[in-house]
Amino acid sequence: MKAYFGRRYMISASHRLHTPALSAEANSAAYGKCNNEYGHGHNYFLEVMVGGPVDEETGMVMDLVELDGIVGAHVIDRFDHANLNLDPLFADRVPTTENFCTTVFDVLQQSLPAGRLEHVRVEETENNFFECSSRG
Amino acid sequence: MIFLTRRATFSASHYYWNNSWSTEKNEHVFGRCANRNGHGHNYTLEVTVAGEPDAVTGFVIDLKGLKDVMEREVLSAYDHKHLNLDVPEFKHANPTTENIAIAAWNRLEPAVNAAGAARLSRIRVYETPEIFAEYRGEA
Repeated sequence: MKAYFGRRYMISASHRLHTPALSAEANSAAYGKCNNEYGHGHNYFLEVMVGGPVDEETGMVMDLVELDGIVGAHVIDRFDHANLNLDPLFADRVPTTENFCTTVFDVLQQSLPAGRLEHVRVEETENNFFECSSRG
Repeated sequence: MIFLTRRATFSASHYYWNNSWSTEKNEHVFGRCANRNGHGHNYTLEVTVAGEPDAVTGFVIDLKGLKDVMEREVLSAYDHKHLNLDVPEFKHANPTTENIAIAAWNRLEPAVNAAGAARLSRIRVYETPEIFAEYRGEA
């Protein structure tokens, strides 16, 4: 019987929305105050959902301690209290929360057991959030 | 297709234990959750139904009716109870958040589906604001 297990984490990080493909004026027009030269920060809330059969012996889809360990080692330790623009994964991409969400998804898909990751949701503020799932 | 969700809360105690395992293995696998004296949570239950708005009422499902079904089928059985000791489906299955989501689905599906054309679509159970499980009726 397939069920889903989700966990919520917080990451505090800074970023600046800016692309070298556009002029200073065009960056300012596209990104507004998010283009501030020295960046700004957010408390991002990250939701990770895994799916799979419920183990009959434990009643679990996945052990929470195992999930916390993988998310901690590959996502929290990497991005918490960091400047997203300086991470190599954003060397050629603007760290919009759309791109951050897909980046977290890709990192977790490579580090979680195969086929388990279902969904990643990143809340940049209380009023905006971004989601991507294994359905593409 | 519209998805409509109703939320409710219940407070219950539980512990995790597998009778076919040794005490040592239970404590190793389930950690603090294996304390046989139990512990408790304020759970949040989210019930999502899917359907088309009725041409006359504009409702996918009558929300008061859904509230009453949730109260009768789930909350009256789970709220202020010890899930392992008071609830039949957890006599032999661990009351993990995953199993609570599946059990709530099984309790709600007949009554929700009998209420009209809307169909139960998803159950989400929060054990804490940071931990939740979902069941979508999949095999």
